[in-house]
Amino acid sequence: MNAQVIFLTLTFAISVLGMMAFVIALIQKQVLVPPSAASSIFAANEEGSPELDDRSQLSEKWRMLDQSAKGPILFFIFSSVVWLVIGSLLGLLVSIKFNDPNFLGVRDFLTFGKLRPLHLNIVTYGWLSFAGLGISLWLVPRLTKVPLQSKNILYVAGVLWNLGVTLGSIGILYGYNDGLEWLEFWWPFDILLAIAGGLIAIPLFRTVFLSREKHLYVTMWYTICALIWFPVLFIIGNCHFLHSGVEQAISNWWFAHNVLGLWVTPLGLGMIYYLIPKITGFPIASYQLSLFGFWGLALFYSQVGAHHLLGGPIPTWVANLSIVMSVGMVIPVVTVAINHHVSTYRHFRVLKDSVVLRFVVFGAMMYTLSSLQGSLHSLRPINYVTHFTHWTIAHAHLGLYGFTTMVFFGGIYFALPRLVGRDWPRPWLLNWHFWIASSGVLIYTIALGIGGVLQGLELQNPNGSFEASVKVTVPYLIIRSVGGTLMLISHLIMFFNVADLMWPRKKEQAHE
Amino acid sequence: MNKAYIFIFGGSSTILLSIFLFVLVPRIQVQKINEAQMSAQAPYTEIQKLGRHVYIEYGCIYCHSQQVRDPSAGADKYFGWGRASLPSDYIYDKPHLLGTSRTGPDLSNIGSRQPSREWLHLHFYNPRLLVSWSIMPGFPFLYDVTESAQAPSDKAIKIPGEENKWITPHPKAEELVEYLLSLKRDRDPVLHTEAK
Repeated sequence: MNAQVIFLTLTFAISVLGMMAFVIALIQKQVLVPPSAASSIFAANEEGSPELDDRSQLSEKWRMLDQSAKGPILFFIFSSVVWLVIGSLLGLLVSIKFNDPNFLGVRDFLTFGKLRPLHLNIVTYGWLSFAGLGISLWLVPRLTKVPLQSKNILYVAGVLWNLGVTLGSIGILYGYNDGLEWLEFWWPFDILLAIAGGLIAIPLFRTVFLSREKHLYVTMWYTICALIWFPVLFIIGNCHFLHSGVEQAISNWWFAHNVLGLWVTPLGLGMIYYLIPKITGFPIASYQLSLFGFWGLALFYSQVGAHHLLGGPIPTWVANLSIVMSVGMVIPVVTVAINHHVSTYRHFRVLKDSVVLRFVVFGAMMYTLSSLQGSLHSLRPINYVTHFTHWTIAHAHLGLYGFTTMVFFGGIYFALPRLVGRDWPRPWLLNWHFWIASSGVLIYTIALGIGGVLQGLELQNPNGSFEASVKVTVPYLIIRSVGGTLMLISHLIMFFNVADLMWPRKKEQAHE
Repeated sequence: MNKAYIFIFGGSSTILLSIFLFVLVPRIQVQKINEAQMSAQAPYTEIQKLGRHVYIEYGCIYCHSQQVRDPSAGADKYFGWGRASLPSDYIYDKPHLLGTSRTGPDLSNIGSRQPSREWLHLHFYNPRLLVSWSIMPGFPFLYDVTESAQAPSDKAIKIPGEENKWITPHPKAEELVEYLLSLKRDRDPVLHTEAK
C-alpha cells in the first residue's frame, strides 16, 4: 500500500536523523555541557555587573554587534508594535461585543465573527511573530559574536510578511477565509508568510555557520529550532485541503497548538534565557538543566495538540497520547522554571533597577503558571469541565500575553536603545506600561478563568440548562473587558515610547 | 562542523515524529473507520455548500461547536444535542467545523432540533426577538426590512411584536439557513458487513 511506504520511509528518516543528532552530540561533547558555557554571554570581566535598561554599563565590544542589522530589526520591531495596537484594539471590540451584542453590530465588516479571527491572526502573525523574530535575530550577533549576515534579505522577508498579514486580514473581512481556526488566512496569502519564514532562516544560518564560538548558548538552540519548525508547521498545516472531516480537525489542532509550542514559546524562552542572566549579571542557575528543558519541549510539546478534541470523535489513542504528552510537559516546564526562578531569586534586588527585568521575570512566572495549568486541564476529568468554555480563552491569554507578550515587551525595551543608540527619554513610562499591562492581564485571566469554570460546571449539569451556562458568565465577561481595556492602554503607552525613541523631537536631538 | 547541526537534525526529527503520529497515522486510521461504514450523511447540495461558506465567513465556529460528547464526558445528551458524534458524520465536511467553543449551543443536529425556517431567519435578524437572554450578535445586514400591511413577497417574514414590519432574507441568509437545516447528525451509520 502507498500509505505503508510513506510510513516506512518516514520512520526510517526520523530514526536516522535522531541517531545523527545523537552521534554528533556525543562527538561534540554536547551531551554534558561544560558549566562554563553559561558564562559565554559575558565578555571578560563583565560577569557580576548587571546590564541595566540604559546603556551606561554597555561596553564598546557589544556596540558594533548590536547595530549590525539596525535597519531590518527596527523595521521588524516597529511593524510588530503597529500590529499590536491594531490587534489589541480588535480584541477589545470583540470583548465588548460579548457585553453588548448590538455594539457596532449592524454592519457586515464589524460583526463579531469577522473581528474575532482578525484579532487572533493579527496578534499571532503580526505582533508575536514580528516581535519574537526581531528580538531573537537581534540577539544572534551577540551570541555568535558575528555581525548578522545577508541582512538585506530581512527587508524582503519583512515586506512579504507584512503583506501576507495585511492581505490575509482584508481577506477575512471580505469572506476569503479558509475556515480553520489559526489558519483563517486565505491560502494564497499564506504562501507569502511561508516564503518569508523560510527567507528569515537564511541570515540566521549564515551567521551561525560563521561563528567560531566553541559552544552555542541555549538561546540559540531555541531560535534555530523555532525557525526550522515554523516553515514546516505552516506548510503542513496549510495542506489541510488534503484532508476532510475528523482527520482535518486532528491536523488543524496539531498545527494550532504547535504554533504556540514550537514557534512563539521557544522564541520567548530563548529570550528569557538570555535576558535574566545578562541583566542580573550572573549566569543561569543550572546550565545542565537547560538541556532537559529544551529537548523535553521539543519532544513533548510537539505532540499535545489533540487535547483540544477530547471527548470528540477522534481515535482514543490519539487523545490519550496527547494527554500523556501534555502531562510530560511538566518535565521541561519544571526544569526551565527552576533555572529561571532560582536565577532571579538570587539577584532579586536588580528588579528594583531594571524595568526590563520586571517584564521578563513576570513573563517567566506566567510561563510556569500557564504551562502547569495546560498540563492540568488536559486531564480528562478537568478537561471535560473546562472544554468548550471561556477558560480556554483565559488560558490562551495567560500563555500568549502573560508569558510571551510580556517577555517580548521586555526584549523590545532592552534592544531598542542599543539599536538606536539613545536611551529611553521617559523611563518612568516603561514602568507605567509594566504595571498597567500586568494588572490588565491578571484581571483578564482570573475573571475569565472563574467564569469559564462556572460555565463548564453548568454544561456538565444534566438537570441544568444552556441558558444558565450563558447567564453565569455575563459578569465575568464584563470584568474581562476591563482587563482588556488596561492592556490596550498599556500598548498605546508602548507605541508612544517606541515612536518617541525612534523619532526624537528636534530639541532632544540637539542635546546629544 | 558547526554546533548547529545537532539542533537542525534533532529539531527536524522531533517535528517529523509529531507529523507522523498526529497527522498521518490518525488520517489513515480514520479513513479506514469511515470506509467500513456507510455514512448516514448525504453530500451537501450546492446551496448548502454556499451556506457553509457563509457559516465560515461570519465566524459561527467561534461560538458554536458541531461535536457531541459521550454522556461520560458531559451533559450534551441531556441538553438535547443528540447522540455522541462519530467520524463518519463528517466525511463531507471540508473544511471541518467541529469547533471548540460553546458560548452558543452545539449545532450538530440543529436541522432536526429547529426545522423552522421562519424561526431561524428571525433569530438571525435579531436573536433577542426570540431568546431574551441571548448574547449572539444579530445579522440585520443580511435582511431587508419593509413596512407594509401585506407581505411584500413570498419570502418575507413578519417581525413579531411590530406593526406591519417584514424582513426579507438576502441570498446569503437563505443559504445559511439551508445549510443549518441540513445538519441532522442523528441517524446511525451502517457497517458495510451489516448492509449485505
